[in-house]
Amino acid sequence: MMELRVEGLCKSYDGKTVLDNVSFTAGVGVTRLLGPSGIGKTTLLRVLLGLEVPDRGRIEGNALRWAAVFQENRLLDGLDAEGNLRFALGAAYDASLAQSLLCELGLGDAGKKKARDYSGGMQRRLALARALLAPSDALALDEPFTGLDAENREAALRAILRAAETKIVLLSTHEELSLPCRSIEL
Amino acid sequence: MRGKKQNVRLWAVIFWLVVWQAAAMALHAAYPHGALLLPSPVSSLARLWTLAGTAVFWRAIGTSSMHILGGFLLSCALAVVLAALSARFSRVEELLAPLVAAVKTVPVASFIILALIWLSSRTLPLFIAALMVFPPVYLNVLEGVRCTDASLLEMARVFRVPFSRTLRGIYLPQVLPYFRSAISTALGLCWKAGTAAEVIALSGGSIGEKLYHAKIYFETADLFAWTAAIVLISALFERLFLYFVDSMAERWGA
Repeated sequence: MMELRVEGLCKSYDGKTVLDNVSFTAGVGVTRLLGPSGIGKTTLLRVLLGLEVPDRGRIEGNALRWAAVFQENRLLDGLDAEGNLRFALGAAYDASLAQSLLCELGLGDAGKKKARDYSGGMQRRLALARALLAPSDALALDEPFTGLDAENREAALRAILRAAETKIVLLSTHEELSLPCRSIEL
Repeated sequence: MRGKKQNVRLWAVIFWLVVWQAAAMALHAAYPHGALLLPSPVSSLARLWTLAGTAVFWRAIGTSSMHILGGFLLSCALAVVLAALSARFSRVEELLAPLVAAVKTVPVASFIILALIWLSSRTLPLFIAALMVFPPVYLNVLEGVRCTDASLLEMARVFRVPFSRTLRGIYLPQVLPYFRSAISTALGLCWKAGTAAEVIALSGGSIGEKLYHAKIYFETADLFAWTAAIVLISALFERLFLYFVDSMAERWGA
């Protein structure tokens, strides 16, 4: 059974404490990170992704393969959707699976358009598709619904819930959502 | 990715050609040997046309191109490798900084004369061309690597993208505009310095040697014709290399 166990995680920048003794356990399914802006949700996700070193604390589940939607889209601007997916997925790229998910997320007709020519919402959905298609055990989703209208947000949520059937999903969002999930208050 | 369009207008070029022609005609009318002092653009072009019909001309173009492009390519390869190492290891950058500063500031004539003591007249132009290319390519590529988007590198790390794909997908598209700008400057520089080295070293069968002979025998029209040939071939190579870099940039999504 896959599990992520975080114990006593602390992180501070320039003497300012951002994470103060954070502990939780997350299993397969959606675990929602709650708290006002600036409370440290993004920092927590960055620590879990291995992009920041915590000052103190323990993470059990370091062997988990992560995929992520970052706070920014972090797409390769000069490449189209397929190029971006191929870059992140490599040999794991499956054209039919990718096309099906892109269609579900409303990007089916993006064609060869480069990511730099996408709208903000389209870029966000492509970033989400990249995370959902990547071979992983856990997903770190930092505000994945930013810039999405109601219809696209619903489609994105459905795809995330499907992924959560087999993966640990940590979701940080300010959106009002009614979904079956655990919550962690930071 | 395209460089800033150069602001050379056809009317301005024609204006200066007319000025040149008028000056040559005035000198020719004032002095019996005015054509030796300043040949007209028409006579220079006619001489270039005549030279272009000879095997010697094309051999000289081939010899000089090999010297200069050989130096250019070797130096580009070395500069790119050392820039990558400098971006990774600050000690390498510290080690190279005095050399780069020296190459940038020491007059090229000093290097040519110094290197003439160590090298043959055939290898000297190659060495000098390489020397001139190194600082702009090294410094620009180093700057390009430094400016690579750290957030994209983090993304590649999270998705466990291997280095070869990161190099192609992130580093190359971000460094190519810097490399393009560097080679645009460096190609002109290496033709100038390389030809100067050929003149001083009297490199056999090269354009530099022809320039030297034109000076010795007061064949001023030849001097202008060979100079025009250098300008043309330098511009041609610049276009070719930039086209090649732009094609790569297009392919790699720069």
